[in-house]
Amino acid sequence: MSFFSWAWDWVTTDANWHGSGSIPQQLVAYLGYCALPLLIAALIGVPAGVAIGHRGGKRAVVVINTANAWRAIPTLGLLILLAVFLGFSPLTWLLPLVVLAVPPILVNAYEGVAAVDPSVKDAARGMGMTPWQQVTRVEIPNALPLILVGLRTAAIFVVATATIAAYIGLGGLGRFIIDGLASDQYGPVAGGALLVVILAVLVLALFAGLSRLVIPAGLRKQAKTE
Amino acid sequence: MMWSWIPSNWSLIWQLTWENAKLGVLPALYGLVISLPLGVIAARWRWFYPPTLTVINILYAVPSLALFIALIPAFGLTDTTVIIALTVFSLCVILPNVVAGLRAVPAAVTQAATAMGYGPLRRLVTVELPLAVPVILAGFRVGVVASISLASVGQLIGVSSLGYLFIDGLQRSFPTEIYVGLVLVIALALACDLIIVAVRRALTPWAAS
Repeated sequence: MSFFSWAWDWVTTDANWHGSGSIPQQLVAYLGYCALPLLIAALIGVPAGVAIGHRGGKRAVVVINTANAWRAIPTLGLLILLAVFLGFSPLTWLLPLVVLAVPPILVNAYEGVAAVDPSVKDAARGMGMTPWQQVTRVEIPNALPLILVGLRTAAIFVVATATIAAYIGLGGLGRFIIDGLASDQYGPVAGGALLVVILAVLVLALFAGLSRLVIPAGLRKQAKTE
Repeated sequence: MMWSWIPSNWSLIWQLTWENAKLGVLPALYGLVISLPLGVIAARWRWFYPPTLTVINILYAVPSLALFIALIPAFGLTDTTVIIALTVFSLCVILPNVVAGLRAVPAAVTQAATAMGYGPLRRLVTVELPLAVPVILAGFRVGVVASISLASVGQLIGVSSLGYLFIDGLQRSFPTEIYVGLVLVIALALACDLIIVAVRRALTPWAAS
């Protein structure tokens, strides 16, 4: 396949690994572009989703439908709009990626908490837990598998999308793609794309490992027998 | 905001909206058509599903821009490249819903259909798939909305869509054009979403809402 041979030739060229704008440098910059918006989105999405799931009711459906419609906002368009108004402020790249990452995190956290078995919730209340204890000790641990799915989806979205930040002149792996396209060099375009894919697969593996670590053993057993 | 820009560029706006609609809806439809047989297989033979799901998760992790680029050697800077890439993404969101929808059909219902003398194919087409319609269409909705929004990225490889308004607006520092693009992408996605909801209501008259 020509895509892989182009990408391979470029990635294995020694000169691309040294100096300013080299692969390691852009990779580190890219990780920063991905990590910060994800962190912010998680700080917004998880508590909001858990709170909405805990309270339930008709209003929850409205919020969740809004979050789904929210996904229609084109990240590229938002990025460009902010670039025109704010120039190179950090908000320019941060805001579109946060907007992209919040809906999957919020919706999954909501669905995870809303789907906790009512008898389990009743048992928690019956044992005399305060509402805060019910949420933190029972509902969140039970919702963890879905919360992690939401965080994983958001992480994948952000890793896959942060390349377009290069379009408004920022660094990161998108630099190779955008510059390559502009100068008709397919090598860096394919190589940059390949690095992003590898990064995305690493994120998938990271979350697979993470879910083993943090999901309570009892829940894992239950998921297996189902 | 320069309102007079809109009427004087009406034909351009209309053409880009139409292109964008095509690039959004066609991939989701293709994704649905491919997902149905795969989903039926995965729902029937359980061993088929976990490896398929892994492949789908990895495919879904491929950045849209990267996938466009990977397809350029084969299909060039054309609509086909964008449509194939977005079909792959749509498939990734629709297939899990097809499987979930089919698996959620109550066993009592399939047993009743069998007892009434339905063969496997007739039972699938007239009982199981109709009952799975709400879940399948929920996935289809996400596929359409995501494709419409992602189609604008195709503009970076020169495939015309509402993304043109973003890029042209940036190059000319002309926010009106970017506003129009943003509003139209969102409006297009919501309009398609409403149509799908209407179709779902027509297909599942027994459902409450």
